[in-house]
Amino acid sequence: MFPDDVKAELEEIRGRFPGHDKAAMVPVLRRVQEHKGWLDQATQAWVAEFLGVTAIEVHEVVTFYPMLYDKPVGRNVLHVCRTLSCEVCGARELWAHLEQKLGIKRGETTPDGRFTLKAAECLASCGTAPVLLINNERHENLSLEQVDKLLEAAR
Amino acid sequence: MKLSSVISARFDTPDSQSIETYRKDGGYETYLQVLKGEKGSPDDIVAAIKASGLRGRGGAGFSTGMKWSFVPKNVDKPKYLCVNGDESEPGTFKDRQILEFDPHALIEGVGITCWTIGAERGYIYLRCEFKKGIATVQKAIDEAYAAGLFGEDVQGSGRTIHVSLTVGAGAYICGEETSLLNSIEGVRPYPRNKPPFPAVEGLFGCPTIINNVETITNIPHIVKRGAEWYAGLGCKDDPGSRLWCVSGHVKRPGVYEAETGFRLQELIDEHCGGMRGGKKLKCVIPGGSSSKVLLPDEVAQVTMDTPGIRKFGSSLGSAGIIVLDEDTCMVDAVLNLMKFYAHESCGQCTPCREGTPWVVQVLQRIRDGKGRLVDLELLDDIAKNMEGRTVCALADGACWPLTSILKKFRHEFVAKIPGAEKGAREVATA
Ligand SMILES: Cc1cc2nc3c(=O)[nH]c(=O)nc-3n(C[C@H](O)[C@H](O)[C@H](O)COP(=O)(O)O)c2cc1C
Ligand code: SF4
Ligand code: FES
Repeated sequence: MFPDDVKAELEEIRGRFPGHDKAAMVPVLRRVQEHKGWLDQATQAWVAEFLGVTAIEVHEVVTFYPMLYDKPVGRNVLHVCRTLSCEVCGARELWAHLEQKLGIKRGETTPDGRFTLKAAECLASCGTAPVLLINNERHENLSLEQVDKLLEAAR
Repeated sequence: MKLSSVISARFDTPDSQSIETYRKDGGYETYLQVLKGEKGSPDDIVAAIKASGLRGRGGAGFSTGMKWSFVPKNVDKPKYLCVNGDESEPGTFKDRQILEFDPHALIEGVGITCWTIGAERGYIYLRCEFKKGIATVQKAIDEAYAAGLFGEDVQGSGRTIHVSLTVGAGAYICGEETSLLNSIEGVRPYPRNKPPFPAVEGLFGCPTIINNVETITNIPHIVKRGAEWYAGLGCKDDPGSRLWCVSGHVKRPGVYEAETGFRLQELIDEHCGGMRGGKKLKCVIPGGSSSKVLLPDEVAQVTMDTPGIRKFGSSLGSAGIIVLDEDTCMVDAVLNLMKFYAHESCGQCTPCREGTPWVVQVLQRIRDGKGRLVDLELLDDIAKNMEGRTVCALADGACWPLTSILKKFRHEFVAKIPGAEKGAREVATA
């Protein structure tokens, strides 16, 4: 299911928890998702076997965390902070701009599959608001022009 | 007021993240002395941390030395340290600075702490949104192993000490210490009932100490320079030097290090450049979103230390200072925060799972001009039925900003309720 280098990395991660393979659950799911985009049933089943647990144990974890996707996402995932310090320092305008520009609401994916727009809670960049992550890459102190450039640059 | 630089001293050093510059600045010397027993026995170090007066920097402010002393001595189980780098409390962005700019200071702290509490492994738990911090810390861990600072029989000390990094996946609740343990164990991260406390029964059922990133970064400094030195910094009853995060409507938001006991007003005016756009201050949420709001006259008087802020009914929490100006609508502000808690409730306890979205619903109808005067009583009532009735403190953390904002800005809520002006006056004079 995975190329050798990814497999080797997954084994290294599992090795960080001697005697407790299951503890590698979240880091392994994160790494797998990085490779596959999202966590479909087959992938979850693979992780279950890799960690020696049942599929439901994996599913319980996957469905808890906002940053683990059990549904397909666009090629680029945007996480825009919506929490207070950002909201009062430009996030409202940023949200309006993004929704208008992409023609989607929070939680949705553009019809061409290029962008998914997600709300994030406080990203620990409150002093450099507003902030968004594009594919987990952090961009702070954003102006609307900068956002447009970032969107253009995203494949 | 004066700024200080203990934790942040190396943030501006070029290449501060590398082991070379860290060692050039004297880094790891203290850890090596500790490994040789030159800094005393584990009990001596626990006593020093206690005497230093260091309180946890994660939010609850518990004495670190005291917490360490709860680790049972004669148990035949491995022990663990977990460093809490989940940093998700709204308004807080200090641990990220340590991770990105001085990862070795944290890792040295992990080494010393593991030796002291008898742990064979320290896990550094970081939220996955810290891509840069994760990469920086992982590289530092690799460097530390390459330098022989971790592993079996480390430096011939006869002790095995490992350090590993692990990540979360975007849930605020994983910052709660027992949720964090479940998150690491790979199960659904519901907070656990206490007792048993993690120091006795924590990770994998073994004795575990959980401390915040900034707390652990303090350890090498205290062990190196002595408890007396640390106890002499800042306010006597809550000493030390802390990273304070200022966000919101100030000219220069950011992380400022200062010894406890300074005046909040001076931090805002002198170092943050005052309010943006010449606006007036409306209020400050001083300790991350889960703390009680302070009005301008309180901000003018309050000193930033545990006893000082307690006088005004609030808390230092995670030192996330959110400054709001006169144009802020407090109904919108509290609604924003309550959406946060409703989203982040893990759903395990009924009062929190049902209460937080209910509060959001009621606030939404008030904001939309469809509220009733009894809704204000209802909000207080929901809060009363959440506070102190749940497994973890998330529900309390939601109640504190809610009830304090409701109380101190009642007029703003009333103003949005159709026909309430008259009714409110009647209630007030009755
Ligand atoms: C809902 C909730 C979220 C928390 N989030 C964090 C966090 O992100 N980082 C942190 O260090 N402590 C957090 N805490 C506090 C931890 O439970 C714990 O008290 C702390 O990590 C202990 O470390 P300290 O004694 O060094 O402060 C949170 C607590 C609660 C109730
Ligand atoms: S108080 Fe809320 S977040 Fe904490 S355990 Fe209960 S439901 Fe979960
Ligand atoms: S509120 Fe947006 S990063 Fe903290």
